[in-house]
Amino acid sequence: MNRRDFVGLTGLGAGALLLPSFPSLGGILVDPARLLEPGLDVAAKKRFADVALNAAKSAGATYADVRIGRYLNQGIFTREKQVQNIASTESFGVGVRVIASGTWGFAATNDVSDKGIAKAAQQAVAIAKANAKVQKEPVQLAAQKGYGEVSWKAPIQQNAFEVPIAQKVEILLAANAAATDNGASFVNSALFQVNEQKYFASTDGSYIDQDIHRIWPTFSVTAIDRASGKFRSRQALSVPMGMGYEYLTPKATDKVAGPAGSDVIGYKNSYDILEDAARAAKQVKLKLNAKSVTPGKYDLVLDPHHLGLTIHESVGHPLELDRVLGYEANFAGTSFATMEWKAKGIPYGSKAVTIVADKLQPNSMGAVGYDDEGVKTKEWTLIDQGKLVNYEKIRDQAHIVGQKESDGCCYSQSWQDVQFQRMPNVSLRPSATKMSVDELVSKVDKGIYIAGNGSFSIDQQRYNSQFGGQVFYAIEKGKITEMLEDVAYQTNTLEFWGSCAGSCDASDYRFAGFFNDGKGQPSQSSAVSHGSATSRFNGVNVINTARKIG
Amino acid sequence: MAILSQTEAQDILKKVLSYSTADECEADLTGSLEGNVRSARNSISTAGAVDNVSLAVTSYFGKKQGVATCNQFDEATLRRCVQRAEEIARLAPDSPEHMPLLGPQTYLASPQSYAASTAAITPDYRAQQMAASMQYCDSKKLSSAGFLNDQTGFRAKRNSKGLEAYQRTTNLDFSITVRTPDGKGSGYAATDFTDIKSFDAARLTAVAAGKASSSLGAKAIEPGKYTVILEPNALVSGSDASLLGALMRSFDARAADEGRSFLSKKGGGNRKGEKLFDERVTIYSDPTNAEVPDITFAGDGRPQQRTTWIEKGVVKNLYSTRFWAQKNGIPDLPNPGGFIMEGGTQSTADLIKGTAKGILVTRLWYIRPVDPQTLLYTGLTRDGTFYIENGAIKFPVKNFRFNESPIIMLNNLEAIGRPVRLAGNLVPPLKIRDFTFTSLSDAV
Repeated sequence: MNRRDFVGLTGLGAGALLLPSFPSLGGILVDPARLLEPGLDVAAKKRFADVALNAAKSAGATYADVRIGRYLNQGIFTREKQVQNIASTESFGVGVRVIASGTWGFAATNDVSDKGIAKAAQQAVAIAKANAKVQKEPVQLAAQKGYGEVSWKAPIQQNAFEVPIAQKVEILLAANAAATDNGASFVNSALFQVNEQKYFASTDGSYIDQDIHRIWPTFSVTAIDRASGKFRSRQALSVPMGMGYEYLTPKATDKVAGPAGSDVIGYKNSYDILEDAARAAKQVKLKLNAKSVTPGKYDLVLDPHHLGLTIHESVGHPLELDRVLGYEANFAGTSFATMEWKAKGIPYGSKAVTIVADKLQPNSMGAVGYDDEGVKTKEWTLIDQGKLVNYEKIRDQAHIVGQKESDGCCYSQSWQDVQFQRMPNVSLRPSATKMSVDELVSKVDKGIYIAGNGSFSIDQQRYNSQFGGQVFYAIEKGKITEMLEDVAYQTNTLEFWGSCAGSCDASDYRFAGFFNDGKGQPSQSSAVSHGSATSRFNGVNVINTARKIG
Repeated sequence: MAILSQTEAQDILKKVLSYSTADECEADLTGSLEGNVRSARNSISTAGAVDNVSLAVTSYFGKKQGVATCNQFDEATLRRCVQRAEEIARLAPDSPEHMPLLGPQTYLASPQSYAASTAAITPDYRAQQMAASMQYCDSKKLSSAGFLNDQTGFRAKRNSKGLEAYQRTTNLDFSITVRTPDGKGSGYAATDFTDIKSFDAARLTAVAAGKASSSLGAKAIEPGKYTVILEPNALVSGSDASLLGALMRSFDARAADEGRSFLSKKGGGNRKGEKLFDERVTIYSDPTNAEVPDITFAGDGRPQQRTTWIEKGVVKNLYSTRFWAQKNGIPDLPNPGGFIMEGGTQSTADLIKGTAKGILVTRLWYIRPVDPQTLLYTGLTRDGTFYIENGAIKFPVKNFRFNESPIIMLNNLEAIGRPVRLAGNLVPPLKIRDFTFTSLSDAV
């Protein structure tokens, strides 16, 4: 370790570790050099996996799977000219899931030894048997062939952990400077990096070794007018990606301009944080004095960074089969899109709406070779030209909808949490015919262009939602005219997708993503991407969110 | 291993400090044993158990700091951990917000934060409680989904300036959603205990079941401004953001002084001392309260004491880091755990009796910030919303979306009920006028 690497290790005391939104997942702080050390070799993992599977079977399990997971995280946090914290963490352990007496049981341990693993397997079986006494629906798993010994690696170009921390700090502080140089009062920035090294084995005969990477540079720029006491913020238009550090090397071909007059740039597979921070500072100052929106019906033109969140909340979540069936009723909620509702053939959206699920798209955060119960990943259609055709499901749910295979979207946030059904990438197909964003806007008489995702809320069955954004521009007679503020739209899922008048073509297609999508009890986090092109929605109800307090 | 006694924990920490060669050193040892069981469709869905113990060592050379952690406690591992923290500290830049470690502190006693009965929970206990809940729903032909989670933990702290702290805690959280078979009625109940002696999952399930059955046949009424009675589950939550939780998390002095909080004053400074709420609003924290006992020391070693945040509507205190407190010469108050809102003696039923026209909101959900300037939040009613007329519930109503600020809400106060424990807080039901519902939701 040398001076240059100082920041590899947190410099600000244990209290500073309690920063929000850092998915450390119970890991322990480590030297950043540790993040580049190899974990157990595959042969050792296979041997430990067999210890778990054999112990589970000996204790009475009829099925068992084991996940030996090494989860590496690094978070770098700064404000203005100051590094606030740097934390590198490693979490390593084993989770064993079993079916015994027709019931699931799960136990986990960070004692990665034959004894520790066997004990966890036995504990998982004991928990399953305790619960079997009150169980009424025995688990039915879709058949899954064993793949033997296989592996999958995310096709990244540069492991972010190989980049010296000083270099990463430098780019965040440069982004902060770009913001303050352009008039920001405050700026906070952060860089999150994740590497999941996951080994899965099951009594089906699979031994799967995978290496997954994610990265998310982000910031929040705030402008304050001390005299009036007003303050406004603008978040980064970066996207969390299933990529390495190459995401932070900007390429001109990855920059996508918003409509003329909007001063919005979106990003595809690389991000220019300096440019975005400078633009954010200029925009946030304009937001302080922007015209407060007049409530009413508007045609909305939504950029992919924004639309990804609406897709996530109003399509991704309601089509999770566990929600549909009631398994999330006590927390996230259920879904309006029940099987009975689907059978009625009521349109989910207009003919312009085709939405696919996948765990394959390159650079997406959902991309993986196999899911966390050993199922090879795929793409499938959820909504075909406005009609709901399928759900998102895993092995113990397929039989409920009369299907024979999982969709491969089972996931656990760590070795110490039980895996369950999570949202795959859910993406809106772009227009097959040529359509630019300027052309899309040119046909709008009275509308609002919204870029960036912001405030969001949706009910427990996914009907009624409200979304804000980062920047808002009025559209009048086909042209962007001025910036607006205090904008949020309220809508009903079916009305919203039914009002979709079309999208731009594939040249405008890009991801939005979410690093910490929460679901389950105990709550777990997962990362997911949503692709779309800028799209138009007619006659949406816009409210004004300004209030006065004493 | 997970739950160490005070002597066992302090012995490890003493050993850690004895290896230190730094100017100052602080060691934190924490551990927990946690178990859970989850149900849906009146059947167990998942269950699990996790144990964790970890040590964090923070070493200081001047204004340089370094932290290292480990989860094994043999002598060699402890020595390596201290050495690593010191190596890191030596290489670190000076921290501009460095504060010297605190010396010995006097902490309030809060022995009720730990109950042996809760620490003794077994997988069979969890299964039996959940079974009783599911059997109740089976008998009523209702469908339930629930979650029971219990935790036994300890926190120990020691530093080279003589500070020493240790406390054990226990907690059990149980929540249950009951739905009618046709999916047209839904009810919810949640509870949390330090000591499980009076926990009865089936009894709580009956409350949720009653709400589910009585919420059948909900009518749509126009959104707008209504007098509402907000039950505690509509004010705080252990699983979602909440209106009162959001308010109490906004008392940070630095954000206020920097001009980016509703507590910022025009032209600079903050609004401490100003009356911002109805004079009947008093909110404080007290880790020794017998109903919501909590840890009596903060993560950085500052004592957690009874602190009044709002008194008779006036902002009395803001919390801050030690650095910000010293820099600005303000009271050095840590962010509290739970909070206690003073109330009266009326139950929710009493509040209903005194209401000519209004809406009973039993729960709010998916609460998210809209505008931090005014603390405006949006979210929805859920799991039982009812129209009140002439002192009685007349009929269930369809769910609403609201857009409301807790600041405005606590100025539109009509009545305060009797506080009850929820998510580690004591919160009364509130009767509020002109609560803003902005649209209807078809969700049940």
